Amino acid sequence: MELIEKTAAELRSLMLQGEVNAVQITEAYLQAIRAREPKVQAFLHVDESDAMAQASAIDQKRKHGWQLGPLAGIPVAIKDVLCTKGQVTTCGSKMLQNFIPPYDAHVITRLREADAVLIGKTNMDEFAMGSSTENSAFKTTRNPWDLERIPGGSSGGSAAAVAACEAPLSLGSDTGGSIRQPASLCGIVGMKPTYGRVSRFGLIAFASSLDQIGPFSHDVTDCALLLEVIAGHDRRDSTSVYRPVPPYSKTVHTPVKPLTIGLPREFFDEGLDPEVNACVQEALKVYRSLGATIKDVSLPYSRYAVPVYYIVATAEASSNLARYDGVHYGFRAPDFDSMIHMYSRSRGLGFGKEVKRRIMLGTYALSSGYYDAYYLKALKVRRLIKEDFDRAFAECDVVMGPTSPTPAFRIGEKAENPLAMYLSDIYTISCNLAGIAGISIPCGFTKAGLPVGLQILAGPFEEEKLLRVARMYEAQTDWHLRRPRL
Amino acid sequence: MSRPTPYTIVIGLEVHVQLLTRTKLFCGCSTQFGLPPNSATCPVCIGMPGVLPVMNQAAFELALKAALALQCNIASFTKWDRKNYYYPDLPKNYQISQYDLPFSTGGGLEITTPHGPKWIGLIRVHLEEDAGKLLHDETGRGGDSLVDLNRAGTPLLEIVSKPDMNSPEEAKAYLEELRLLLREIGVSDCEMQEGSLRVDANVNIRIPPEHAGGRKPLPGRQHVATPIVEIKNLNSFRAVERAIAYEAQRQFEEFQETGKQMGEVSKATAGWDDVQGVTIVQRRKEEASDYRYFPEPDLVPVEVDQPWLDRIRATLPELPAARRKRFESQLGLSAYDARVLVGQGLAFADYFEAVARGCGDAKAASNWCSNQVLAVLNERKITIREFPLSPEALADLIVRIRKHNINAQRAREVFGIMLQTGDTADAIIKRLGLDVSFDTEQLRELVRKSIASNAKAVADVKAGKQKAMDALVGFVMRETKGKAPTDEVRRLMDEELAKV
Repeated sequence: MELIEKTAAELRSLMLQGEVNAVQITEAYLQAIRAREPKVQAFLHVDESDAMAQASAIDQKRKHGWQLGPLAGIPVAIKDVLCTKGQVTTCGSKMLQNFIPPYDAHVITRLREADAVLIGKTNMDEFAMGSSTENSAFKTTRNPWDLERIPGGSSGGSAAAVAACEAPLSLGSDTGGSIRQPASLCGIVGMKPTYGRVSRFGLIAFASSLDQIGPFSHDVTDCALLLEVIAGHDRRDSTSVYRPVPPYSKTVHTPVKPLTIGLPREFFDEGLDPEVNACVQEALKVYRSLGATIKDVSLPYSRYAVPVYYIVATAEASSNLARYDGVHYGFRAPDFDSMIHMYSRSRGLGFGKEVKRRIMLGTYALSSGYYDAYYLKALKVRRLIKEDFDRAFAECDVVMGPTSPTPAFRIGEKAENPLAMYLSDIYTISCNLAGIAGISIPCGFTKAGLPVGLQILAGPFEEEKLLRVARMYEAQTDWHLRRPRL
Repeated sequence: MSRPTPYTIVIGLEVHVQLLTRTKLFCGCSTQFGLPPNSATCPVCIGMPGVLPVMNQAAFELALKAALALQCNIASFTKWDRKNYYYPDLPKNYQISQYDLPFSTGGGLEITTPHGPKWIGLIRVHLEEDAGKLLHDETGRGGDSLVDLNRAGTPLLEIVSKPDMNSPEEAKAYLEELRLLLREIGVSDCEMQEGSLRVDANVNIRIPPEHAGGRKPLPGRQHVATPIVEIKNLNSFRAVERAIAYEAQRQFEEFQETGKQMGEVSKATAGWDDVQGVTIVQRRKEEASDYRYFPEPDLVPVEVDQPWLDRIRATLPELPAARRKRFESQLGLSAYDARVLVGQGLAFADYFEAVARGCGDAKAASNWCSNQVLAVLNERKITIREFPLSPEALADLIVRIRKHNINAQRAREVFGIMLQTGDTADAIIKRLGLDVSFDTEQLRELVRKSIASNAKAVADVKAGKQKAMDALVGFVMRETKGKAPTDEVRRLMDEELAKV
C-alpha cells in the first residue's frame, strides 16, 4: 500500500515509530496532488513551499524531543470557507477572489496546535450553496470514482481530495448536508457534529444557525481523531457550547451494546434509488448480525425539511452576505455612477447565479407582509422537526438511512434544475434543522462502481456514541479500504 | 414660556446615548472618542467574513443600570435581532439591535414644569450597536467619501419616550433630567457635541375643533391631529426646543392649507437647519421602512435573573429625584434650591451636603454653594472637584460669619481672600479685624448717636422716604469701620426710630 493510501492513524503510528517523517509524508501528498489534480481538481490553492515549511518545522520539533500534537505531520486539506491567516480565502466566489484574512478560523488554530500540515484550500460551491460543487466560481471538481460525475457538495473539494488520496484528512462545513452528501458520493467518512460542538469563528457564514464544521476521512477512527482536535468551546463563538470533549479516538472502538436503531419510514420513500436502498438494507443486516434491535420510527415533519431549510437558510444568508458590497473589502465593480449603482454592480458581478437566487429568496421571506407566513412559520416547523427527533431518540440510540437518495450524478445533469438539486439533500437537511449530530460512512457501491453512504444520526452531543456505532459496522466491512484508481 | 397657541403640541423623543464602556458592544476595540480614523477597529467591528460577535457583559450591565434608574420593567428573557439596511457606515449592512423583545419596557422620568412636576413615560429602552461615520467631500466637487469605523460597534442605548411632552420647554426639561440621571449613575457622559447623546423628536399638534377651520376630527378622536413628523439632526437642547416650536407652527400653517390629518398621509422625516432656524421635510415614508428584522443567530439570548438585577441595583447611587426630595424634606430647602444644587451633578450636591453638615445651616450652605461657589466654577470653567476650598473650609467660614455677625459684603471679601491665598477664614477675619463682636447695647448706643446727629434724615424717614434710612445706617457703619452687622443695625434703627 502506498503511503498516500494510508489513514491518518496509520501515518501517525509510522511517524511515532520513526519509519517516516513529516517532510516525507507531505512530499508524498504533494506528489499525489501534482499527479492527480489535473483530473480531480479538488484544490483551489496549494502552497507547496508553505506546506513543506510546516512539515520540516514539525520534524525539527521531533528532533528536539518536543512533545508532538495528535496530528503531527498529517496533511489536512481545508475547505476554502475557512479563514486562513495570510492566505487567500475565496469561499468559492469571485467576490472574495483576492481576500486575505488577517486571522485564522478557530479550527485552523486547533489544527496548527495539533501539529497538522495545512496542505491546501479546497474547491466548493460558492458560499457553500450547492450540492455538486458546480457552483464554484473557479473550477469543477470531479468525483474520483468517475471523473464525469460530481463529487457532491458543497464541500466537494474536501471530499474529493480525501477520496483521491491527495490528503488523508480534510475539513468541510455542513449547512444542509454539505459534508455528509459529498462523503457519501465519494465513498469516505464525513461528519456533521452537533450545532455548537465546533466553534464557527472564522467559518464564512452561509446560514449561521445551521452551519457546522466537520471532518472528512477514510475511516471512522480518523474521523474521531480529527473531531477530537477541532471540537470544544471557543469564547469567540457565543453559540459554541461549554462542554468537555470526550476522547473520541480512544472510545471509538468500543461497540454500543445493546443498540437500538430507528428506521424512519420517511427516509425510504419513492425518490430513493433502488441500488442505494439495497446497500443500506445490507448494512442493516450487518447491524442485526451484531445484535442490534431495529425499530421503525416516524419523523412525520421531515417531509417539510427541504422547504423549511430553503426559508431559514436563505433568510440568514440574505443578511450574512449583505456585507459583500464592494465598500470595505472584496470585489468592487470597476465602473459605477452612484453608491446604489456601486452596490448593485459589485454584487451583480461578484456573485454567481445560485447565490443571487438564494439572496433573493431569503430577502423575500423576511420582507414585511411575508415574514409571518414564511420565516416565522418555518421556525415553528423547525421546532416540530426537532421534536420528531426527540421522540425518536427517546426510544432509539441512533437513526439510520441513506445519506443521499442517489449516487453521484453527472456533471451538468442538475445544473439547470435547482429544485432537483435541492432534493439531493432531502435526507441530510433535517439533521441541521434539529441541530443534532450526523455521519455518513461508506456502505457499498452501485453496479457502476459508484460509492453509497449510510447516514447515522444521533442526539445532541452524542458524537461519541455515533462514532462507536459507525465503527461497529466499519469493523465488519471493507468499503472504507477501497481507493479509486486514478 | 412660549406664546399661547391655538393648538397643543405632542412630542415624543427618541434618545440615543453611548454607554461609558471601555470596549465596544461585540468586540474588544476601544470606544475612546477622537482616535485617528479606523484605528479602533478589528475584524469583528469592520464585519469581515467569518467573524462573530460576543456580547460585552459590562455594556449589558450599564444598560440594566440605566433601565433600573428609569424605573423600567426588566425582561427576564431578551434577545438580539438584526436590522438589515445598506449603508457604507454599517460594515455588515445590518445592525445588531433589539426588536420585539427589548431588555426593558415602560418606566419614565419626572420633570419640573411651571405647573408642577410631570411624569414622562417611556415606551422602551433597548441596546444596540452604533454605526461608523462617513466623511463626505465638502468641496462640492463630488470627491470620494471616506468611512471611519471607530464608532462602529459602540454600545448605544435607545430610549424611546411616550408622546407625553406638550411644549418645547418640557422636551428640554426631559432631556436635561435624562442627561443628569445618566451622568449621575455613570452610564453615559451624554456629550451632544461628541455625539454621545443624540435626539430625534417626533412632533405633531392637536387642534381643538373650534380652531380647525371646519375640519372635523377623524372618528374616535376628540381633536384634529396633524401627521407626525420626525425631526433629525438636532445638535443641542436649544436646537430641540427651537425645532419643535418651529415645526409645530409649520404644521399648524400647513394644516390651514391642506387640512390633512394624521392617518391621511404617512409619517415624514425632517431635518433641522440650525442656521436658518427651519425644519425641512425630507421625505414621507410611504410605508414603514422594511428592515427585515429577524433574530440574530450568532448571539445567544440573555436571561436576567433577580440576583443579577439586585446586584446591579445595589450599585445605583441615590438618584437625582430622590435627592431633591430629601433636600426639601430633610434639610428644609425650597424646591428651587434643591433643583439647582442637584442639577449641578453628584459631586456638587455631595459638596453642598458636606458644607451643610459642617456648618449646621443647610439654607446658608445652599446660598453659598448655589451663588458664590457656582459663580467661581462658571468663571474659572472648572468642576467642583477642582474647586480649591474644601467643604470644611467653607463650612467654617459660614460658622464664623454667624458668630461674628459679619455682613454679606465683608463675608464675600473673606471668601475671595480664602480662594486667593488658601488661608483659613479664621486667619483672614482676624487680619481684617472682623472678629470684633458688638453687643446689642453697644450698637444701640451708636444708633441713638446716629439719630441724634442726623435730624434731617430722621425727618425724611418719618415722612416716608425710606431711602434716608441708608444715611442713618451708613453713619453707624462708618463709626464701626464697616464691621457692624448691617441687618442688626437696621433692626435696632427701626426700634429706636419708633421711639422718636
